[in-house]
Amino acid sequence: MSNNDVTRRGLLKSGALAGAGVALPTIFTASSASAFTNEPTGSTVTLGFNVPQTGPYADEGADELRAYELAVEHLNGGGDGGMMSTFSSKALDGTGILGKKVEYVTGDTQTKSDAARASAKSMIEKDGAVMITGGSSSGVAVAVQALCQEAGVIFMAGLTHSNDTTGKDKRANGFRHFFNSYMSGAALAPVLAANYGTDRKAYHLTADYNWGYTTEEAIRSSTEAMGWETVAAVKTPLTQTDFSSYIAPVLQSGADTLVLNHYGGNMVNSLTNAVQFGLRDKQVNGKDFQIIVPLYSRLMAKGAGANVKGIFGSTNWHWSLQDDGSKAFVKSFGTKYGFPPSQAAHTCYVQTLLYADAVQRAGTFEPCAVVEALEGYEFDGLGNGKTLYRAEDHQCFKDVLVVKGKENPTSEFDLLEIVEVTPVAQVTYPPDHPQFAGGALGTCNNGG
Amino acid sequence: MDAIILQILNGLDKGSAYALIALGLTLIFGTLGVVNFAHGALFMIGAFCAVTLSRLIGLSHKVEVEGETDFLGNPLTKDVPYIYDWFGEATGAAIVDWAVPLAILFAIPVMILVGVVMERGLIKHFYKRPHADQILVTFGLAIVLQEVIKYFYGANPIPTPAPSAFTGSFDFGVLIGFDANTIIYPYWRLVYFAFAAVIIGAVFAFLQFTTFGMVVRAGMADRETVGLLGINIDKRFTIMFGIAAAVAGLAGVMYVPINPPNYHMGMDFLVLSFVVVVVGGMGSLPGAVLAGFLLGILESFASMREVIDLIPGINQIIIYLVAIIILLTRPRGLMGRKGVMED
Repeated sequence: MSNNDVTRRGLLKSGALAGAGVALPTIFTASSASAFTNEPTGSTVTLGFNVPQTGPYADEGADELRAYELAVEHLNGGGDGGMMSTFSSKALDGTGILGKKVEYVTGDTQTKSDAARASAKSMIEKDGAVMITGGSSSGVAVAVQALCQEAGVIFMAGLTHSNDTTGKDKRANGFRHFFNSYMSGAALAPVLAANYGTDRKAYHLTADYNWGYTTEEAIRSSTEAMGWETVAAVKTPLTQTDFSSYIAPVLQSGADTLVLNHYGGNMVNSLTNAVQFGLRDKQVNGKDFQIIVPLYSRLMAKGAGANVKGIFGSTNWHWSLQDDGSKAFVKSFGTKYGFPPSQAAHTCYVQTLLYADAVQRAGTFEPCAVVEALEGYEFDGLGNGKTLYRAEDHQCFKDVLVVKGKENPTSEFDLLEIVEVTPVAQVTYPPDHPQFAGGALGTCNNGG
Repeated sequence: MDAIILQILNGLDKGSAYALIALGLTLIFGTLGVVNFAHGALFMIGAFCAVTLSRLIGLSHKVEVEGETDFLGNPLTKDVPYIYDWFGEATGAAIVDWAVPLAILFAIPVMILVGVVMERGLIKHFYKRPHADQILVTFGLAIVLQEVIKYFYGANPIPTPAPSAFTGSFDFGVLIGFDANTIIYPYWRLVYFAFAAVIIGAVFAFLQFTTFGMVVRAGMADRETVGLLGINIDKRFTIMFGIAAAVAGLAGVMYVPINPPNYHMGMDFLVLSFVVVVVGGMGSLPGAVLAGFLLGILESFASMREVIDLIPGINQIIIYLVAIIILLTRPRGLMGRKGVMED
């Protein structure tokens, strides 16, 4: 009838194929014309801030977001420049990143791995984010880091303390500034020995998930190495709210020290319960009973209130540090928001500057070039003294703070006091340390 | 032996909270026939009544501390509660210290009001709807209520301690001939248990020994006949909803020194409390109380190291395991009445 090969059925078929092609996730196709995923082509560059905005860590997420907004302001030349003026690298000049104005989008991790991956994916695919950063949990960090590796964007982790983030789950596109469980153990052990002696019987209560395990392992190996005995280690469900039935048997076990490998709400409740049981007023084995919290955060110290008084723990950073970088950041943050920043805010702010600086030094947003610029990079002036981004595992090596709950706080933010700044050499470990074994960085991915 | 006594004691205070919440749930189910998933939220609102009162009592003005500066180098200020100005520092400090027990007086009218508004404003429209609809609407309400609390109070737990007279623990072991430190029990948890016992006793006495209670019980048994006698049973049931809300709220008020309250604490208790109601028997008030204490004690035993070593993970599933066994062997629950939730 006709020489025309186009039939209705053929048209429908090709239409369906074309439709399917268009419907393919842009993560696989969008930057086919670009050298790498979400290559910024206009006058702006978009960063993705993935923080808990709902759920139990929403307050910590809000503080992270404040820090990110401050970092963007400083990168674009606003405010007083904060730590850009104290940063040892002078590549950043307040004109954005590579002359492009920095813009940002935010996602809500809800402190759930699946929600965090969905929000990161949306920021990469829909908003064109060239870097994802943030988070308040190791589960989320590991999940989002793997996603960023697949998508070909850089991931600058927020608050994540598990060894696994830069251990068995490390990825070439992911970087962690925050310290880890091993470092907490290595920093705490000598202080504990000096204050409580080398003959102690410890009882561990450990949150039954990845971070809890790595923290227990780190604290046990560090304290056992100096002579402490671990009399028991009990896993507690992550959803547990009342820890009385786990705390009551502690005294019966003959232990004279309780280590709470808990974070967030778990730690607030377990510490409150332990103090309620009067453990700290007891004498066991001829010694005063002691409680230890390996990882402190502001959220936890505020939640536990007066119960933290005199209890040792560790942190990544504290606003009372007197180096130029910390003072500049505290002034900048405090002036804008009216209160001092938390360690979560600090690490997020620093990660943003470090990313921007790496891009600036590399001269491109290309992830593999950024990875190269960050690997083995040594810097100073960002609040933790001399710091190295180790090439082998993308973990920052810097001094670690051992802190203690303050006896007489002057405000709701003045809850911890620094007992010791543990030098970096004491918390450094070889890349193949058993606590970090089992993973490989792999190669960086530009996506594209 | 000492470990067993210790876990029984532990189970009692855990069971107190379960029993109080489950009692309120059963009251609402027994009177109005509504499965109220917002009941955990009422417990949470009660806890925040304590937080609110302690903040109201602690309302303060700033006073400069001479010679000291804050983190930005500005003169340091400290908060001085107005109550110190009005009553002197010693009396003011004592009132601040006793904020949680005082919150009971504050919470009773607030919770009754919240309960009545909830029932009249929303739940009464769902009486004749299927249980699934009731569950959906009350669950939605619970989420709305917790988001409202989070908006005003934030997501972080808020430490709200017990009066200093009740800090520390009581060495129960020494009293019954064990070594020191073998059976210790915090004073406030003893207070909580005693408080729960009083509230439970008061609710039962109210239902058993007052005319109002008699009518309500009659209504629970046969609503239609009571209505035919010219008694406005709906009005009484609304009041019962308010009382159930107050019971959950008071459980929340007294719970805040045990664990610092946060916006999702209601949800943490809700599912467990439903299991308690099912195990106790839908609609049975003594069943709810019995199952509350029983499951609290079982949960404590399941958390013992020796038990976990024997059956790993038992601490996480014990309550549900018991629920399954009870439902298989006694579908009506421990003290369930015939005809309730049955066709």
